[in-house]
Amino acid sequence: MSATMNATRRNVLRGMMGGAAVSVGLPFLDCFLNTNGTALAATGAPLPVAFGTFFWGCGLNPGRWEPKTLGKGYDMNIETAALQPFRDRMNIISGMKVFLDGKGARPHFTGEMAILTGDVPREQPNYASLDSIVADSIGTRTRFRSLEVTGTGKPTDSLSRRSASVSNPAEISPAALYTRVFGPDFTDPNSADFKPDPRVMVRRSVLSGVTDQREALLKQVGASDRQRLDEYFTAVRQLEQQLDLQLQKPAPLAACSSPGQPVDAEIGTEIDHVVANHKLFAQILAHAVACDQTHVTNVVFGEATSPLRQAGTAMTHHIYTHEEPMDPKLGYQPHATYFMGRIVETLAFYLQTLDSIKEGDGTLLDRSLILAHSETGFAKIHALENIPMFLAGGAGGKIKTGMHIKMDGEPVTRVGLTVQQSLGVPVDSWGTMSLNTSKPISEIMV
Amino acid sequence: MLISTLSARRTFGALGMVAALALVGCGPKDDAPATKGGPISLRRLTEPEYRQIIADVFGTTIKVPGRFEPDIRDNGLIAVGTSRESVAGTGFEQYDLTARGIAAQVVDDAHRATLIPCTPAKATDRDDACASQFIARTGRLLFRRPLTQQELQTNVKDAGESAAKLKSFYGGLELSVAAMLVSPQFLFRQEVSQPDPDNAGQRRLDPYSTASRLSFFLWDSTPDTELLDAAANGDLNTDKGIARQVDRMVKSPRLASGVRAYFSDMLGFDGFASLAKDPQIYPKYSSQVAADAQEQTLRTLTDLLVTNNGDYRDIFTTRKTYLTRLLGSVYQVPVTTSTGWEPHEYAEGDPRAGILMEISFVALHSHPGRSSPTIRGKALREVFLCQKVPDPPGNVNFALVQDTKNPAFHTARARLEAHRTQATCQGCHKIMDPAGLAMENFDSAGGFRATENGTPIDTSGDIDGVKFGDVIGFTKAVRDNPSVPSCLVTRLYSFGTGRPATKDEAEWLSYQGKQFAASGYKVPELMRRIASSKAFYRVSTPGTEANNASLSMAGTTTQTEAVK
Repeated sequence: MSATMNATRRNVLRGMMGGAAVSVGLPFLDCFLNTNGTALAATGAPLPVAFGTFFWGCGLNPGRWEPKTLGKGYDMNIETAALQPFRDRMNIISGMKVFLDGKGARPHFTGEMAILTGDVPREQPNYASLDSIVADSIGTRTRFRSLEVTGTGKPTDSLSRRSASVSNPAEISPAALYTRVFGPDFTDPNSADFKPDPRVMVRRSVLSGVTDQREALLKQVGASDRQRLDEYFTAVRQLEQQLDLQLQKPAPLAACSSPGQPVDAEIGTEIDHVVANHKLFAQILAHAVACDQTHVTNVVFGEATSPLRQAGTAMTHHIYTHEEPMDPKLGYQPHATYFMGRIVETLAFYLQTLDSIKEGDGTLLDRSLILAHSETGFAKIHALENIPMFLAGGAGGKIKTGMHIKMDGEPVTRVGLTVQQSLGVPVDSWGTMSLNTSKPISEIMV
Repeated sequence: MLISTLSARRTFGALGMVAALALVGCGPKDDAPATKGGPISLRRLTEPEYRQIIADVFGTTIKVPGRFEPDIRDNGLIAVGTSRESVAGTGFEQYDLTARGIAAQVVDDAHRATLIPCTPAKATDRDDACASQFIARTGRLLFRRPLTQQELQTNVKDAGESAAKLKSFYGGLELSVAAMLVSPQFLFRQEVSQPDPDNAGQRRLDPYSTASRLSFFLWDSTPDTELLDAAANGDLNTDKGIARQVDRMVKSPRLASGVRAYFSDMLGFDGFASLAKDPQIYPKYSSQVAADAQEQTLRTLTDLLVTNNGDYRDIFTTRKTYLTRLLGSVYQVPVTTSTGWEPHEYAEGDPRAGILMEISFVALHSHPGRSSPTIRGKALREVFLCQKVPDPPGNVNFALVQDTKNPAFHTARARLEAHRTQATCQGCHKIMDPAGLAMENFDSAGGFRATENGTPIDTSGDIDGVKFGDVIGFTKAVRDNPSVPSCLVTRLYSFGTGRPATKDEAEWLSYQGKQFAASGYKVPELMRRIASSKAFYRVSTPGTEANNASLSMAGTTTQTEAVK
């Protein structure tokens, strides 16, 4: 290469392709990546923070999930009892609500949008979701910007979106997720020998040819289409980045191992199968984070109009929440509540899985922050208040845990702002109209 | 036989028109009100379009591996949603996998002889001349226009360098095909406008964008060589040239692909991908039944609308359909053929008339374990009448509907009536439920039942003021509902343009509605009129964005009043 400044990524790569020495750390990595420093155990620096969401539809029963006492040392209520082992490693936030500002509520949709995008859209979503915002800050150096899964068979149930026009569809099969992360393209960081694949190199070069057209193409279209094309080019760059990582020898990671090839339970809405697949997902996602393949994960336990059902019954969880009579003795809807129990049990398993991966003195849960939430408080009436929201894990020491915080009438966006600020997103307020807030939950911030 | 007779009739019509106009010396007469056009569109290919293009360009033996990013539905159509879609990292990963899978097949031993027009000097090295020939030809079909000189050079260079590196000519070409298949020029249909040569100060689509719009609208695929040639030689700059191509395309058997694509989109058949039925309650339902059910409806529609050039409104009342043995077992109709399809005609008075009573409608719009008059009524309004039914309100207890085992309420009608006593719920349920209740003879999987929990099902009611006594009466009332044809005109136009119609186009649409009625509600004729119109290619000029305010679906308030 000449000494001129024509060091486009394509030229650098071309130069290297011509030469024999291909196993060098590719210099262009530093040119275009966020150099936030992948802090690896091998170098003695702290491991990176991992962010995850865990969403389920149709809420929990008011009065049966919120702890009776505030602050530290609370006891889990009946419907969250499965989470008791993690009491000191998580926070429970109760009482938060969604403000509509005169816009209509779209049952089950409004709540999830408010929590994840800080906005109540009239029709289609208007903004990127929280996990994407966080991924742009903590997830740019991994193979996958984020990984999305859902156990009820619809890729479109993913709530992760990069913008108004782009959503990240979810994997519905644990086996497919496994192949995507740990299949042929996985480079084991602990493997002794490493040889970059020449086919990956030529693919990388050809993709650069696509990227090189960006400026010219963006000039040809109007503003809104420009944004969409730009999103496309961002997606291309992410794949280029994946290929770059495949061409580099990764630093060893003691806690990294393959979760092993899973065998899917039947993909559908039958609760036992859904739970079984979510347990497989939990294993794969935890190992993917431990192996530094991603820093952001999104789990959707079925869409907001929860399609969960028991074999041989006509009713879904969602239908039960609306049509099942309140049991006068129990004071709640027993069938609907059954599904809530299965969901919380699966969340507990997920936290347990993260906690089972030991890293030095701590566990993967310690350096994670998992936002688990629903979209409604009391599903029977589509309540947009007292929505269950949990923050589990210490975010690598950035979040204080072990508290029940009651936030009656406060906007749900305070949780999203807290997450962003704790994870290093430079933002001082978040949300639209009455959902806009500049107050994080300071009680739990370090 | 029928097709050829009809085609001949159309040819005469078209020739007559061209001859008459040649005397006057201007383009075909277009009495339609002028429109100002709408915004230009940038559409992501849908999965069916992608698959159809691969089949058309590389042949049907090429498998399309992998899965696709889900599409967005907007204003009732995925075709409109595609104008808002982009590609995310995950989606691009999938496109890349699919592209590589296709590219590997294109250059494999089984296909290279037919798909690659030349043989390289050496299979182990680059051959830029041969690569260039292949890339130019394939690129023109994939990009729906000739490659620019620079695009061609870059692709040939990439193929060459990769071939040298991999020591394989075909390996290099494979990468080049994969690169074209993930490029924005392929994945997005980017439309380009130009000044309208006939109307100073106005803009219209350029010839290649015109070719694409025509081809995707009428054939659901990329333009063929003849259409691209018509774009190249300037034919598509003239109304006459467009009319000639439209005539050729409407007469082609490929029109059926366009009709099928439109109805698959309008009827929301993408919903079948995630439709589940409880196997213990509906043991007959399977993914094969779901696939056959969609095919049944599409066959019924193309047979009625294209082959027989029938009246669109008859889709609700036709007693003719096609069945497989599997469908016969659900419908309880004996099917003699053991494989494949056979025509079937229901007896006069059979409740199974029309496409609403087919599995593809009643099962698609139901809960997994029971029917839903509300969902079906809402679907009827939104899909066929272009009316928007609002979502239920928030923080309101609308849960008066009791348990299906409640001894007081045996049928869905009884449960919904109990529910409708609440004033806040009444308004919308009044719009949705009567239509849905008329279809209650069909369970969640499409099977027939006369009773629910031992009580006979009452299918009488009224829709928009027209009373009916049973499901047959209901299908007739829907057939004659004035919103049915106007909804089709508006939606078909949106399907072609990839955007909702603008307010400015309302008058034009109403004119086309009248023409549609005058033609006897013939769908191929409607498609021909839309595809030959000026409005279809008109692009709004910068600074007139105010005109782009879209014509929203009929307001709910008006609808409520209309229903009373």
